[in-house]
Amino acid sequence: MTEGSEVVPGTTPETALETPQQADRARTIFEKSVPGRRAARLAEAGIEERPLDELIPADLLRDEPPGLPEVSEPEIVRHYNRLSRRNFDLDTGFYPLGSCTMKYNPRLNERVAALPSFSRLHPATNPEDAQGALELMFLLQEALSEICGLPHVSLQPSAGSQGELAGLLLTRAWQADKGRNPTKVLTPDTAHGTNPASVAMAGYEAVKVATNPSGGVDLDDLRSKLDGDVACLMLTNPNTLGLFDPNISEIAGLVHDEGGLLYYDGANLNAIMGLARPGDMGFDIVHVNLHKSFSQPHGGGGPGAGPIAVSETVEPFLPRPQVVRRPGSAGVPEFDLDFDRPKSIGRMRGFQGNFGVFVRSFAYILSLGGDGLREASEGAVLNANYLRKRLSEGRAGRYLPIGFDQPCMHEFVLSGGPMKKELGLKTLDLAKRILDFGFHPPTVYFPQLVEEALMIEPVETESRETLDSFADAIEQILEEAERDPEIAMGAPYTTPVRRLDEVGATRNPVLREAA
Amino acid sequence: MSEPSYPEDLLYHPEHDWARIDGSEATLGITWYAQDSLGEVVFFDGPQPGDTISKDSPYAEVESVKAVSDVIAPLSGEVIEVNPDLADAPEAVNADPYGTGWMVRIRIADPAEAEALMDAAAYRASLEA
Repeated sequence: MTEGSEVVPGTTPETALETPQQADRARTIFEKSVPGRRAARLAEAGIEERPLDELIPADLLRDEPPGLPEVSEPEIVRHYNRLSRRNFDLDTGFYPLGSCTMKYNPRLNERVAALPSFSRLHPATNPEDAQGALELMFLLQEALSEICGLPHVSLQPSAGSQGELAGLLLTRAWQADKGRNPTKVLTPDTAHGTNPASVAMAGYEAVKVATNPSGGVDLDDLRSKLDGDVACLMLTNPNTLGLFDPNISEIAGLVHDEGGLLYYDGANLNAIMGLARPGDMGFDIVHVNLHKSFSQPHGGGGPGAGPIAVSETVEPFLPRPQVVRRPGSAGVPEFDLDFDRPKSIGRMRGFQGNFGVFVRSFAYILSLGGDGLREASEGAVLNANYLRKRLSEGRAGRYLPIGFDQPCMHEFVLSGGPMKKELGLKTLDLAKRILDFGFHPPTVYFPQLVEEALMIEPVETESRETLDSFADAIEQILEEAERDPEIAMGAPYTTPVRRLDEVGATRNPVLREAA
Repeated sequence: MSEPSYPEDLLYHPEHDWARIDGSEATLGITWYAQDSLGEVVFFDGPQPGDTISKDSPYAEVESVKAVSDVIAPLSGEVIEVNPDLADAPEAVNADPYGTGWMVRIRIADPAEAEALMDAAAYRASLEA
């Protein structure tokens, strides 16, 4: 048994008691503020004090001081420590959130990124004074290039979604360079929602391609939608069902024959590192989510990175500047920022990206090496198939059948349809009850083509014992629901807050705390 | 309503939409199955009166706590009215999908299109399949 599974409460909605943590209503740091309270007092500066309006022009001065919280140092520490203990994260427990690749990030990479020579580097440092940093970025570009099987990489896009936008802007530039102006981009109906959103943002029209009965791209539907007006096809392979599309070479041929490009959404790269390369499958542009496979913290809106790898013909359009290696003098190579790129789509952001992210990912890639990366992907696929098999047995097999029953890659999708029909329990109820067992629930209700979907990605850093205890928990919840479905419908009972009013939060959001 | 219901006087489209035909006009909405699959509807984004909608193509979007989904037109025509109450009370789609949860009223472009739609029994059978 792992740490999570011994806290199963036998609580029902009627007898549920408020836990001390639930009773302890969180107050914001602003509510804790007391005028005049300080965490630090500065020593006398030893120079004569002058009125502020002598130093700063009157029109630039605030009318009133900013409303900052005034609290002592222990209050600050306790406030944030308390918030952190209300969070569920990878350091707390198993987090099989499908399509998110929630794997453990080795502490080594944090330590390397925190080295002062990396962390204190000013972003405006001249290239000649930042040779180490540029060399690291160049070597990371080379490593990602090898992993993706494509010769050129830009680290500039700062999120997977920005990588997608960059890829579509590259597509437009590449097509325009050929004197073409196609208007459509194809995405499969299993695609991540960001794909059609990026397509719209780049000014293209998104056209959906259907899925065939084995979970891959429907080739007939693809053929019927392919014409000279298609700029590119965006594909995730393995897709969001966790299935590798065996027709990928044929798909690539069909798209290329019509003058389109192939875009690879790197969301599921954790399944194929060192085993298969998007470039070899025929893709022209790839984005990589460094926060998934390559040791970055998830969530919180950043800082992130979504580097793109491209083929030779797309390279001239890459964002400006590019990190390059020049021969240098006396046999010592020099690293530089190359702004001389006349066909470039321009900048995707200020400066070169979130540098600490690059350091962590490079440290991760170096510490595992090519063999280690391949083993990581093999482990991810093995763990997913082990858990898929475990959940095909017992009550899970009966109430939560798999959407597409075949060996999967790094994740798989179960359907809560029979559970809903026979037990009256929705996938959301199951997910909420899983929280009481100390696990983060899987992704729910995605992809939409599976009824009451439950999408599970166990990742390679989890032990067999953890996978077993998760499967046992699902069995226990279903067994409990056969007797009394109300228990799961009232869950969770043990979390810092109970079930949230998602409808109310969407319809009547409170976006601003009263001052 | 919490129990499945598929009124006999409606025609059904495989994308879980219904049409109530009244002479040259029709009222459109989504079925009990559709609202149940979506979960609680929090937002309805409909067309404007005067817009033309075409059979099998999206004419509106509904957002639930799970996802944003297209609403597919079971018939082609010109929109003559959009349910004004759904802007403030989209939950009517869940509470009363065939009544106060109606979405648009259209002037039918091609009455022959109705022949391709299912009756209640055929639609119910398609859900069982």
